[in-house]
Amino acid sequence: MKHNKVGVAESAELKVVSKRLPKVDGRSIVRGEARYTKDFVGEDALFARIVRSPYAHARIKKIDKSEALAVPGVELVLTHEDVPRIPFTTAGQNYPEPSPYDTFMLDAKVRFVGDRVALVVARDRLTAEKAARLVRVDYEILPAVFDPEEALKKSAPVIHDEPDAEGIHDASRNVAASIHAEVGDLEEEFKKADLVSEHTYYSQYEQQVPMEPHVTYSYLDESGRLVIITATQVPFHVRRIVARVNEIPVSRVRVIKPRIGGAFGVKQEIILEDLCAHAALRTGKPVFMELSREEEFYATRPRHPMKLTCKTGVMKDGNIVANEMRVVVNTGSYGSHGLTVPSNTGSKSMPLYRARAIRYVAEVAYTNLPVAGAFRGYGAPQGYFALECHMDEVAREIGMDPLEFKRKNAIRAGDMDPIAVKLGEGKEGFEREIRSCGLEECIELASNAVGKSGESPGAGGPFRRTKRGVGFALCMHGTGIPGDDVAGATVKVNEDGSFNLLVGATDLGTGSDTILGQMAAEVLGVSLDDVIVYASDTDFTPFDVGAYASSTTYVSGRAVVMAAEKVRERLRGVAAGLLGVEAEALAFDDGSFRAPGGESLHVKEAALKSLYGDAKQQISETASFLNLDCPPPFGACFAEVEVDLDTGMVRVTDIASAIDVGRAINPDLCEGQIVGCAAMGIGYALTEEMLFSTEGRMLNASLLDYKIATSLDLPDIKGFIVESVEPSGPFGVKSVGEVSMDPIAPAIANAVFNATGVRIRELPLTPERVLTALKKAGV
Amino acid sequence: LRIEITVNGKAFEVEAPAGETLVEVLRRLGFKSVKDGCYTGTCGGCTVILDDRPVASCIMLAAQADGSCITTLEGLADGDELHPVQQAFYEVNAPQCGFCSPGMMLTAVSLLRRNPEPTIEEIREAIAGNTCRCSGYVKVIEAIELAGKKMSEGGGR
Repeated sequence: MKHNKVGVAESAELKVVSKRLPKVDGRSIVRGEARYTKDFVGEDALFARIVRSPYAHARIKKIDKSEALAVPGVELVLTHEDVPRIPFTTAGQNYPEPSPYDTFMLDAKVRFVGDRVALVVARDRLTAEKAARLVRVDYEILPAVFDPEEALKKSAPVIHDEPDAEGIHDASRNVAASIHAEVGDLEEEFKKADLVSEHTYYSQYEQQVPMEPHVTYSYLDESGRLVIITATQVPFHVRRIVARVNEIPVSRVRVIKPRIGGAFGVKQEIILEDLCAHAALRTGKPVFMELSREEEFYATRPRHPMKLTCKTGVMKDGNIVANEMRVVVNTGSYGSHGLTVPSNTGSKSMPLYRARAIRYVAEVAYTNLPVAGAFRGYGAPQGYFALECHMDEVAREIGMDPLEFKRKNAIRAGDMDPIAVKLGEGKEGFEREIRSCGLEECIELASNAVGKSGESPGAGGPFRRTKRGVGFALCMHGTGIPGDDVAGATVKVNEDGSFNLLVGATDLGTGSDTILGQMAAEVLGVSLDDVIVYASDTDFTPFDVGAYASSTTYVSGRAVVMAAEKVRERLRGVAAGLLGVEAEALAFDDGSFRAPGGESLHVKEAALKSLYGDAKQQISETASFLNLDCPPPFGACFAEVEVDLDTGMVRVTDIASAIDVGRAINPDLCEGQIVGCAAMGIGYALTEEMLFSTEGRMLNASLLDYKIATSLDLPDIKGFIVESVEPSGPFGVKSVGEVSMDPIAPAIANAVFNATGVRIRELPLTPERVLTALKKAGV
Repeated sequence: LRIEITVNGKAFEVEAPAGETLVEVLRRLGFKSVKDGCYTGTCGGCTVILDDRPVASCIMLAAQADGSCITTLEGLADGDELHPVQQAFYEVNAPQCGFCSPGMMLTAVSLLRRNPEPTIEEIREAIAGNTCRCSGYVKVIEAIELAGKKMSEGGGR
């Protein structure tokens, strides 16, 4: 594949890109004027509440809604008998979605505690809640299964026995999906290896916990079209899926994403929009839905729990010859992202180390637990927890320093990535060459920044027995989904030399509106203030798959650069006419078109003349970019921990994460991703875990009982940017928002081993788990 | 219940049902910067300054606020001129999604009024009730430090 340098300014000197500019929505946020979905809800809106299942697995024999309907203020009660029965997936993926169509708006069967049973629509929240308690449901309780390995056994209850589901790998065995990818002769290489080492690791259900819960608002406009204002990462997929399950044409639906209060993947799901839209269509009135914080915990989309077994063949000199990962995945009761997340577990982690033979296999099991889904890292954090702990162990087993061992085997620029061909996102892969790699710089920066405080162990006081240790992990990730991601951008000229930039791309708080504006400004030779960014409105912005798969900067950014270049070239034509020279003769520098004779015309002047000169015209260009590549960003995290030997409490005392992002369009926002991932990763490593009763009910569905990091739980996280300048990316970008999550948990787990000599292969490293392991090991 | 509150210097008389919380009343009055992320006083998104101290307005009944003076984020700026805390949050790009920012900034204002030159530990302590899932707090703390410095050097309010 041939790659040209994309969008790198000829004069090399970047004026807007690479600058720490305030976010375009920064002023409205700090003034309290930024508008989120709920802020648009009118006083007259009805509130809709979902009636949820108290049982993990049951068939609905009968629903009596008469009492609920009798409550004054109740407008509508919907059950599975009232809505179209169309199988779909809640996964907001590009069409055709690789996730099984195993979900219905409302069904006659419930598959986890909290599953949808009915919808109550009433004049306000209190009335809806009161009426929801009066919906009488007769259940036939079915045996439930909560362990994925149990679920795969013949004796297990079948969770998806409905005949009309589509795309399930083997419903009769509760297998949502199955993956097998292999290069080289693995068994032969294991035979030749001096050492074959195998370890098994376990990861947990981790919930996403955006500060803004899922919230959506639907109403019919004056022409009867359905308008959905919603907190989503995927406005165009929402439009398509909502139209389909409600049996209305896409042309009748408009989806708007206003500011959004955090997403991380959990808003790449149709959690509420289908029902809310249905209620608005049925009642003809505006309808509002918002999950409670409790529902946000059990009824959204946590990270897939996995059991991961790594087996590696290695020679005495430290060369890896064969590398295998076998995974059992718990997708919960529906298969949203059930094929692609586990694909990614292998495809993002296994290429990191060179080997002649590589195998990745995964079995994805349904259980009667909450539905897993897309969550920052998309399967890779689980893969890296296993791989990076395992490689730490393998290095020690052959008597090598783990850093030396990993460096020796790591992929580097110029290498092909053999497993990429076999393992795409739920389908065949693609050929991938590594063209940019800043892994060494990442290691250097992160390793030098950690453990230099000089603070001695036991700083907590004379009565604490503590030990300190440093651990690390390396990683790589991807940028976009090749052959799948498509993004559109429109640039429109105004007479004052400002430009409207219309993008389908979706800013989740990541700052994509800002960095896309910076790219357009750079190409057009104007300041960021001259670019008016409008995003994520299916009526007014071009198509974009949405914000996921670490694609926005690379994919949507490319569309923006292409559209801006087209506009700049048309303005060059305008300038050429005014200056009386050939367009090709004009140089473009610092916002001005310059003729060989020395005359020049500023782009703003050209903009004015394009609309108000002799040849009046609206210059406006749309560009579309189909991504065919997936260049990997790289990263390294070093962490220092203090382990309290008497309580098992682990504290991260120092942590540094360095990420090769290709190029940082806005370093502030890039650091925000790197540091934010580290904070989330510390939670994943130490405290965050959804706990369930023996009946499958979540036990810690509140912010008090499910611990995400507060300001007191975190050290001063150090985030470093490395720029390797990827040839295929606009201005050299790769990605940052997910790769930064990958190395955190294994770095901390390796640090705990380094501190105590005890290896714990299960997340999170809670005091209970650590203390049990320490006691068992006699520490 | 009929209650009287002053919000951002303006007096309001509102009719609030007995069970209505302060956050609901404030949002009903149009102060949409007050965010409700949990309704249980655990996320800090609904923080407002009530008679000089930060409170979680989702676990306070509107009736309990009768007669008090409340500041929301809308009340911080002086026209176009940002409060130093707002200016600092803006300059260092402290907000990511921005959902926790209103509560976080009001907590910071309240802290800096009590303690104009807080240490990093004191900042961490002060914002412990304002949960942020995006940032890891690094730029938030940097912004509060910067605002404190600016306010100590004059220009503070």
